[in-house]
Amino acid sequence: MRDVAVVGFTQSPSVRREPNRNEVEILIPVIDALREQTGLVSQDFDFVCSGSSDYLAGQSFAFVSGLDAVGAWPPVCESHVEMDGAWALYEAWVKIQMGYADTALVYGFGKPSMGDLPLTMALQLDPYSVMPLWPDAISIAGLQARLCLEGGIITEREMAGAAVRDRGHAKGNPNAQIAGDYTVDGILAEPFLVNPLRKSDCAPISDGASAIVLAAGDRARSLSERPAWIRGIEHICEPQDLGVRDLGRSRSTEIAGEKAGVSAGQVDIAELSAPFTHQEILVEKALGLTEATQVNPSGGALAGNPMMAVGLSRIGECAARIWQGDADRAVAHATSGPCLQQNLVCVLEGE
Amino acid sequence: MAEMTAVVGIGQTNYQAKRLDVSQAGLLRDAAEKALADAGCTWADIDAVIIGKAPDLFEGVMMPELFLNDAIGGAYKPMLRVHTAGSVGGSTGIVAASMVQSGIHDRVLCVAYEKQSESNATWALSIAMPFSLATVAGAGGYFAPLVRGYIRRSGAPEDTGIRVAVKDRQNALRNPLAHLHLEDISFEMVANSPMLWDPIRYLETCPSSDGACAMVMEKESLASQRSGKVAWVHATEMRSEPTMFSGRDQVMPQATLDNAAALYKKAGITKPREELDCAEIYVPFSWFEPMWMEGMLITEPGEGWKMTYEGATALDGDFPVNMSGGVLSSNPIGASGLIRFAEAARQVRGLAEDHQVDGAKKALGHAYGGGSQYFSTWIVGSEKPA
Repeated sequence: MRDVAVVGFTQSPSVRREPNRNEVEILIPVIDALREQTGLVSQDFDFVCSGSSDYLAGQSFAFVSGLDAVGAWPPVCESHVEMDGAWALYEAWVKIQMGYADTALVYGFGKPSMGDLPLTMALQLDPYSVMPLWPDAISIAGLQARLCLEGGIITEREMAGAAVRDRGHAKGNPNAQIAGDYTVDGILAEPFLVNPLRKSDCAPISDGASAIVLAAGDRARSLSERPAWIRGIEHICEPQDLGVRDLGRSRSTEIAGEKAGVSAGQVDIAELSAPFTHQEILVEKALGLTEATQVNPSGGALAGNPMMAVGLSRIGECAARIWQGDADRAVAHATSGPCLQQNLVCVLEGE
Repeated sequence: MAEMTAVVGIGQTNYQAKRLDVSQAGLLRDAAEKALADAGCTWADIDAVIIGKAPDLFEGVMMPELFLNDAIGGAYKPMLRVHTAGSVGGSTGIVAASMVQSGIHDRVLCVAYEKQSESNATWALSIAMPFSLATVAGAGGYFAPLVRGYIRRSGAPEDTGIRVAVKDRQNALRNPLAHLHLEDISFEMVANSPMLWDPIRYLETCPSSDGACAMVMEKESLASQRSGKVAWVHATEMRSEPTMFSGRDQVMPQATLDNAAALYKKAGITKPREELDCAEIYVPFSWFEPMWMEGMLITEPGEGWKMTYEGATALDGDFPVNMSGGVLSSNPIGASGLIRFAEAARQVRGLAEDHQVDGAKKALGHAYGGGSQYFSTWIVGSEKPA
């Protein structure tokens, strides 16, 4: 395996609604800032890969105009996944492993404010038997949360505690959408949004984008004083049907975490992109995180949730803390699909 | 550095306007099961699954790979979903190959599909966005001016496109999987078909199809032990450029020229017309055969139409193109690129049945998409790459 590191990371602020900018206009300053941060120009990237969803933009081929933000001239080696940018990063990492590239630009972007996100997400479900019932994303997550509560797997106080922790951390994150001093009792006093979920149990709906530069070996050392080396990156997808998997645990996160080697050393920080408090706790358990790990120093997805970029941003947030020397070993997580269907785990280390 | 990789199994559904007998999951499973059978594998032998398709609005399901993964043995495995516009089928093959070439997986399954009958592609391509100029042209309306531009530059005779259409439709009669089997196809029949987007006539366009194509790829140490024929991946390449900017040559985009040059360099090919035995090229409108013969550097600028005219691209010509009948005869959009890649592999395995090019040893698979701006290609061979 080649040594590959994250050497650049930029992101837009997570905001509820970007009324005046389209997806590409959100993306352009993010990529411009990345060029400035790394000193690289488009021609320096051997490979470009992005993640986005046509259904968020409400338009076919929505990702095509992303090339305008890259400035893809002369023509670039480029690919796109209809997934969170974290999986675009995985594809780029594979290209570097096979020797096709030494440096790669990865970005993810989404503008869910174009539609009604919880209802749009219903379109991810089996189109013949489930989707016609229009179960929205919060209700689906609510079923899982109820199962976890009834099964004694998680308590309401733990759920509220995750929100308090994340949004407290987010006070130090200028890109966060929700930050502040919440209390468990205050959250438990909130009315239910979708029983048993309260508004504070849910990630916000965010428009936004993020971008990362990967580089191999000496190229990475020349671009960063302390590269954040990818020591393991794995992803696993479960069946979607809610009746055929154990919703009280995240089996795919467990497998991905084991294969990525999460437990091979102390985890200083973890950045998780679970969009609901009970899911964040399930991911923590699946990764085997202990008190020694600071979870979501940026606030995680519960503080800012730009669809299709939020997972990629978790990798970037981990990398940035390694560059700064705030962490030596970090774990980033991304998810997709209803009830944590598909999960990616990335282990990063400083030298 | 990259591991040698081979295609060891190929499966295709038949292509038709409406596969009402299967769900999307059933369609993918049909192709995947055939690919596994061809490879002599079971679901348990597959390390990862790569799914490709064109825009989600074509079926009306957001990220449908999430609900489809289970049907093609992807439960608790890594799964990636590729989407690079019309070139996506090709890109899906390239991503799958890279999973093996990188040494990460031993054996992967890729499936690309479209089930256009479940939604409406023209609707999906015609959504007006705020503050954006809607072309409301459809694909044919978009590409017709590019064809005009090609005719003007090259001086190609106006009936070149008709000749391509007749040839591809004749080839399709040899391919039982093809969507269109026009038994009485003739020059007059194409010439007299309605003019849709001048100079593109009805019978010079692709159909709208349901269908899926699957491939199993394997690392060298496994593929070398096989007694059956495999197709070795000699080179893959992709290039993209923005849709519109001042000075962009949309007729002969730089991305196709760069892509072709890089592909041949990797494959160690200096004279593609001589060193390649045949090619499956993405030709959704007849004129794109001569255009991509030039765009893939197989002939000189302005000379592509001569290959068609001289019969070089016919099944018995010196450089057969679209032996399967091509996109003109079957077009499940998201799968169309992978079908081209698969046909190239079938040829070098010697398993292309009635549309086999005798003794084919090296073949080109090609896909393009967007506004002639995305290109994915590969070269496969009957022998290991040098």
